Amino acid sequence: MKTMKNIFMACAFAAFASPAIAGGDALKIGMITTLSGPAGYLGADVRDGFMLAMIEEGGKLGGVDVEILVEDDGLKPENGRAIAERFLERDEVEIITGVIFSNIAPVVAPLTLRAGKFYISPNSGPSIFAGKGCHKNYFVASWQNDTLHESAGINAQSLGYKNAFIMAPNYQAGKDALTGFKRFFEGEIVDEVFTQLGQTDYAAEIAKIRAAKPEMVFQFLPGGMGINFMKQYDQAGLSDEIPLVLAAPSADINILRAVGSAMVGTANSAHWNHDLDNEANKAFVAGFLAEYDRLPTIYASQGYDTARLIASALRATGGKVVDDMDGFREALRAADFDAVRGPFSFNNNHHPIQNWYSRVVVEENGEFRNKTIGTIVEGHADSYASECKM
Amino acid sequence: MRVGIGFDVTQLIIEQVLNGVQLGMFLFLVAAGLTLVFGFMDVINLAHGSLFMIGAYGMALFAGLTGSFFLGLLLSLPVVALCALLIEYLIIRPLYHRDHLDQVLATFGLILFINEGTTMLFGRTPLFLNVPDILSGTVAITDSFSYPLYRIMIILMGIMVALILWFIIVRTRTGMRIRAGTTNREIVESLGVNIQALNTAIFVVGALFAGFAGAMAGPLSSVEVGMGENLLILCFVCIVIGGIGSIRGALVGALAVGIFDTMGRAFLPDLLKQFMDNATASGIAAGLSSMSIYLLMILVLVFRPTGLFPVAKAG
Repeated sequence: MKTMKNIFMACAFAAFASPAIAGGDALKIGMITTLSGPAGYLGADVRDGFMLAMIEEGGKLGGVDVEILVEDDGLKPENGRAIAERFLERDEVEIITGVIFSNIAPVVAPLTLRAGKFYISPNSGPSIFAGKGCHKNYFVASWQNDTLHESAGINAQSLGYKNAFIMAPNYQAGKDALTGFKRFFEGEIVDEVFTQLGQTDYAAEIAKIRAAKPEMVFQFLPGGMGINFMKQYDQAGLSDEIPLVLAAPSADINILRAVGSAMVGTANSAHWNHDLDNEANKAFVAGFLAEYDRLPTIYASQGYDTARLIASALRATGGKVVDDMDGFREALRAADFDAVRGPFSFNNNHHPIQNWYSRVVVEENGEFRNKTIGTIVEGHADSYASECKM
Repeated sequence: MRVGIGFDVTQLIIEQVLNGVQLGMFLFLVAAGLTLVFGFMDVINLAHGSLFMIGAYGMALFAGLTGSFFLGLLLSLPVVALCALLIEYLIIRPLYHRDHLDQVLATFGLILFINEGTTMLFGRTPLFLNVPDILSGTVAITDSFSYPLYRIMIILMGIMVALILWFIIVRTRTGMRIRAGTTNREIVESLGVNIQALNTAIFVVGALFAGFAGAMAGPLSSVEVGMGENLLILCFVCIVIGGIGSIRGALVGALAVGIFDTMGRAFLPDLLKQFMDNATASGIAAGLSSMSIYLLMILVLVFRPTGLFPVAKAG
């Protein structure tokens, strides 16, 4: 049965596979990302943000000809493995990027590193590669997973909430989310609930929230799950009664669009927002709107920053990656580019040290957006860095 | 149970029972058609969940085009009926006298076909619908809490469908033939009843209930490819518990599954928290509660191998 489904998928994707830009002896970068399913827009935005940086340079990165191969992992680790093996053995890519989900990264990253190539994540930052498992050729340009939810915990703390009801799907990233939230939130945890991954109906959980009467709810339900939950939460009449404090993945612009006015006023936190006041960001948002006719999500900003990080390192080495491993690595570590999120530097474990901003959902001309209202924490580093011997 | 932060147990139980009944009624809408087709026609139709999905996509499409929830509902049902007619004529009819494995293979193929077709038409991004204004809002159940009107509507729709089906099957001549046919098709056929027409009618009516449930599901949860498959498994559990071919069994089975599932998710973690710490209890409870309905099914089958309301079968 599974094979049949895979054959179908293969046929469906044959048409889109490997859209190659440029050619000849260009440097090859492999992008393994999630383009299909309810979470497909995450990968599509990372890809589009990355491509925007290339389009701005006329198909180059850091003045170097680059060929980028894009493939969909369909949110399946086995697909990620197959694509990575093909990229590394047949296509001889020198950098692999694009991975969205933390169940794909532990498959793709070790393969890449063992082959002596660079792995640069535009999204997923699982804890296993941040502490003892850190690697000299492994970089994360987005965030370490826990810090996303730590920012929500700090935000809830500074908003003065005394207790919270917290909820996430029953899988590794969900458990990390609740751990992250609790790390800096000092209030009482009224209840913590694990839901099924991909659950569509949250009536039972919503009844528990109503009965528990917490001061606030924190949920990590990315993509379609979050949309379903938020709509049902509103239908149950709770969105006016018990506020939510969220992390960026539970309040991206697609979720706001689908849920609508019920989310207005919701506090959430992120390392980037479309209205951040810096030159690089203004140019990026305007460029993205012009190129794709839609506002960029947080994932698009990460794709763009990843591409420009790679560009800065390529410029420094004159296009050498595998031929000048030490030079390229040092250039990456320097992170000599203007990130659209503002101040950005790498910690010893090659994960970002960056600011987290507090945002609130507003309605502007019938559109729902996040508005930056302040900085939650400046120069925040993850808590695994000290375990990394680099 | 936690006290000190105003944990209102009675209210919580009332709300969870309502949630369970609502889920049960919803399952019943889909299970009713499944049990009729299985019981009367002796056909296993795995693609029943796809008809549910077609209803949901029809709703999303037409409600989007017309801007009206009710027009969307009105337009999506004929689409479901048409699809059901086609499926019955092209796929199911040649398989009536084949064994169940052939039917499973053919209707499984149909699932893949319909899923890929829907992907081509609507893409992979899920669609979302809003509750229409008149059905949004909540109804006060007690002084302190209210329940979403839309979910109450689903409960009422379920009761209505149950009553209609009960009336048709128990009080009309067609219903008598259906009951007779479920027990022994050959005898009914040899008495001069047009069994083919009855087959088609039952298949289409069953599909309509599933499509209706799909259309109603849109505003509650996302409309996406493959949404019918998970539901179908639950519905098979319902009809196996209830007794295959029995509408009454489907109703009781669906309510049992709905309430059992909801109660498991609601109260199992609190129960386990008496013995272990919060995080471990939540993790174990999440796993156990997803197993709970299958445990219920096993329990029922141990004592009643043909379900709670078995239908007499001849031959």
